[in-house]
Amino acid sequence: MDQAFKRRLIVAMADAIIAHAEELTELDSAIGDGDHGLNMKRGFEAVLADADTISVKPLPDALKAVGMALVMKVGGASGPLYGTLAMGLGKALPVEPTAANAAAALGRAIEDVKARGKSEAGQKTMLDVLIPVQVAFAAGGDDLATRLPAIAAEAADATVPMKAIRGRASFLGERSIGHMDPGARSSSLLVQAICSVFNEA
Amino acid sequence: MGEQKNVGIVIVSHSAKVAEGAADMVRQMVGDSVPLAAVGGNADGGLGTDVGAIMGAIDKAWSESGVAILVDLGGAETNSEMAVEMMPEERRERIVICNAPLVEGAVMAATEASGGSPLDAVRATAEELMAN
Repeated sequence: MDQAFKRRLIVAMADAIIAHAEELTELDSAIGDGDHGLNMKRGFEAVLADADTISVKPLPDALKAVGMALVMKVGGASGPLYGTLAMGLGKALPVEPTAANAAAALGRAIEDVKARGKSEAGQKTMLDVLIPVQVAFAAGGDDLATRLPAIAAEAADATVPMKAIRGRASFLGERSIGHMDPGARSSSLLVQAICSVFNEA
Repeated sequence: MGEQKNVGIVIVSHSAKVAEGAADMVRQMVGDSVPLAAVGGNADGGLGTDVGAIMGAIDKAWSESGVAILVDLGGAETNSEMAVEMMPEERRERIVICNAPLVEGAVMAATEASGGSPLDAVRATAEELMAN
């Protein structure tokens, strides 16, 4: 993976989060503390500011650097969660991964996120998007870069009727039902952004 | 500061004001006999927690006997766990995050620490609050 491609991935992810920061904050205001959009924007602005130095690194190191920036800058639980995801991918990926390598690495990174958040599928979190995306990714087939964003968007919609078990939204109990989980939405946005870059390639 | 034997206490809140206020209450109880650091707020000064700042607080309150961290809500715990993992390996096993209410836990833990109790006793005293 060349430097220009890694840079495009960073820019696409940051643009998607920054463009949807208000929407993420509105989702989080409904069931959480209302800082998800601003926090993620702060994190990805830090990643974007370092895009040149990050993108010259080999892929595993670049992902670790992205993860570290998110951990240090986001300021909410989503910092360690997304940071752990990126660092977990960096740990599990070879320098030039195949699609199968990437799907397996995502599976391992998701396990890291589960441990970090002490969370499982079905608890109205980012995992409810990441897990079905990883399952489809690992199953392989044609047009992954077109199918995965649709799977992510559907999975984010599927968090609406769920009751939150983890995080601030769990304080609301039944009242968390009827709203999309902001972390599921931000995960879906990132899947869309990454796939759009692969679709253009 | 010289050799510091009492367990240190770190207070991590989403709010700098809560963290400072809790630290004031700890000081009123134990004075300067316990290494103490309090942090609150994200990197922009808003409500939230900051991994780098938490690492700095652990350094500030560091004691060879270890450090007990008291946190308020979820993100404070997750960011504190991240901060502990990023500390040098030889220190990590001497840092604990207490499952206890922030203000009461900090005061109880510091009081226990001021008597020279080891880290596991300091933690147990704070965590008794959750058992009652």
